[in-house]
Amino acid sequence: MVDRGLSVKLRQAEGIPLDVEFACAAGEVLAIFGASGSGKTTILRTIAGLYRPASASVQCGGMTWTDSASRTFVPPHARAVGYVFQEYALFPHLTALGNVMTALGHRPLHERPARADALLAQVKLSGRAGRRPHELSGGERQRVALARALAREPAVLLLDEPFAAVDRAVRRRLQDEIDALRRTLDVPLVLVTHDFDDVVRLATHVLVLEQGRGVALGSLAALTSRPDLAFLREAAGAGSVVDGVVTRIDLERGLAELSFDGGRLFVPARGGRVGEAVRMRIPAREVILATTAPQGLSLHNVLSGRVTAVHSDGTHDHMIVQIEIGGSRLLAEVTRDAVTRLAITPGVRIFALIKSVSIEVQGPALEERTQEAGDGIQA
Amino acid sequence: MDWVALRVSLWLAAGTVALLVPCGVYVGRFLAFHRFRGKLLIEALVTVPLVLPPTVLGYYLLVTFGARSALGRAFETVVGHTLPFSFEGLLLASVIANIPFVVQPIQRGFEAIPADVRDAAACCGLTPWQRFLRIEAPLAWPGVVTAAILAFAHTLGEFGVVLMVGGNLPGVTRTLSVAIYDRMQAFDDRSAGVMAAVLLLVSVATLMITTGLSRRVGLRRG
Repeated sequence: MVDRGLSVKLRQAEGIPLDVEFACAAGEVLAIFGASGSGKTTILRTIAGLYRPASASVQCGGMTWTDSASRTFVPPHARAVGYVFQEYALFPHLTALGNVMTALGHRPLHERPARADALLAQVKLSGRAGRRPHELSGGERQRVALARALAREPAVLLLDEPFAAVDRAVRRRLQDEIDALRRTLDVPLVLVTHDFDDVVRLATHVLVLEQGRGVALGSLAALTSRPDLAFLREAAGAGSVVDGVVTRIDLERGLAELSFDGGRLFVPARGGRVGEAVRMRIPAREVILATTAPQGLSLHNVLSGRVTAVHSDGTHDHMIVQIEIGGSRLLAEVTRDAVTRLAITPGVRIFALIKSVSIEVQGPALEERTQEAGDGIQA
Repeated sequence: MDWVALRVSLWLAAGTVALLVPCGVYVGRFLAFHRFRGKLLIEALVTVPLVLPPTVLGYYLLVTFGARSALGRAFETVVGHTLPFSFEGLLLASVIANIPFVVQPIQRGFEAIPADVRDAAACCGLTPWQRFLRIEAPLAWPGVVTAAILAFAHTLGEFGVVLMVGGNLPGVTRTLSVAIYDRMQAFDDRSAGVMAAVLLLVSVATLMITTGLSRRVGLRRG
C-alpha cells in the first residue's frame, strides 16, 4: 500500500471547506459518497492538481504530488492521473481516436495509433474510432473518456459521477465493465458519486462526505453495517452489504446457497455458477428479529447472532439494531416497541429472519440482465 | 478611382491586423480564463474605443503622441519624424481604435471552451503550450478569424480617427474613406461613387464571412 497507493490529506477553512484524510491502495475502489455540493469533485480536482486547497498533501505511487508544508506542487500535466470527468470533457474537434491519442504523449509517436486502437477496442468502440464526440451516444462518450483516461497509464484513476449522464440500462453495463476493468488495472481507483447504487456495485471502501468533512471512512461492509450513519440511511435506506460466494445451486428447489463470513443464505436461483463471488445487500427493513429459534416458518434464512448496538434516531419510532453474525454484521430496522418488548440490548443473543426474495444479490451472473437497446456496442 | 488611397487603406488594414491579432489573442485569452480584481475595469477600457466618437479618440491620441508630449518626443527620436500626420502614427491610432473589435471576439472564442475540456487536456499530460496549440487554438480559431476580419474591415472604413491623426496626405495618410470625402468636396460624384461601392462590397463580404464563422462555432458546441 505504501508505494503504489494513494494517500490524501486536505484541510481548508475558507471558500470550499475541506477536512478529509484517506488512503486507497492499488486494486481498491474508494467511493466518495455525499450530497451534491459536499466537495466531492474538489477532492478529485485536488488529486489531479487542478485545485490547490490551503493545506494539502497528496501522495501517489510513491511520489509526492502536492505538499503545502514543503511547497511541493507537481503541475497536473506532470501527474499520471486518469480522470474521467462528469460530462466527459472530450475534445470536440477531435475524433474518438484523436481524443485517446492526445493522452499518449508519453509514448513514442509511431506507437500511438496502434495503442489508441487497442484502447478503443478494450472499451468496445473499435467501429467508432473516426467519430467526433457529437456523433456518439452518451454511453459511447463515456467509453471514449474512459479509454482516454487509461491511455495515460495512470497511477490513479479518478471517476467523477461516471454514470450520471447515461440511462439506467447503459449504467448497469458500464458499472460491470468498470468493475471488470479495475480487477485488471491494479491502481487505486477513486469514484465520486451521489448514487448509492454505484457504491454498492463498485466500491471496496467508502468515504462519506458532509460539507467537505469526511464523516465516515471504512470498508463497504463495515460502513453499511454501522447503525449510526444517518446520511447513508437517508440516501439508500439502511442495509448492510455482505460479500460471499455461491456454494450450491439447487435448480429443483429454485434456490442458490451463498456462503459468507457468518453462515449461509438462500436466495432465488437465477443461473450462475458455484464458486462465483457475489455481493449481497440486506435491507434493514426486511430483517425480522426473534429471541428464540422459530419453528414452522416458510423462511429459508434464520441466522443466529448477538446484538452489538441499538441506535435510535431520536425523532423516529424506528430503531436500528446491529447484529454480529460470525465475522459479519447486519442491520435490522424494527419499531421502538419491539426493542422494548423483546428487551433487545447489546449482548443479547438473537435470531435474524430474512426472506430469500428480499436479499439484493449482485454478481457476474446472478442478477437479472438488462439488455441494453439503442446504445450500439460494437462487437 | 484613387488607387493610391486604396493601397494606403489596404496597407493600414493589414498592418493593424498583423500587430493587433497576436496581442488580442494574448489579452482575450487572459480575460477569458482568469478572474481577478479590476477585470471589469480592464474590460471597460478595452471596450471604450467602441463607444467614443472617433474625433474624441483622435483628440486624445494627438494629445498623447503630439510633439509636445513625452511619448511624442520619444517617438520622434526613434523614428525620426513626429507621429501625427505620418503612416506610423495612423497605424498606431488604428491599432488602438480596433482593440475592442479584436479582443472581444477572441475573448468570446476562448470563453466558449468548457473549463473541463481545458482541465482534461492538462490531465492528458499536455503542457500549457501544447494545450494552447492542440486544444485551445483549434476550438477558438473562429473567434480569432472573426477578430481579424472585423479589424481589417473596420480599418478600411475608419474616417474620423484618420482625419484627426493622419490628415489627408496622398500616398501617406489619405485612405479610401478620406478620399471619398475629398472627392465629394470637389464635386467629383462619380469617383466617390465608385470608391463607395468598393467599400460597400468589402463590408458585405466581411459580414457574410464573420456570420458564417460564428454559426460554425455554434455548431461545434451542439
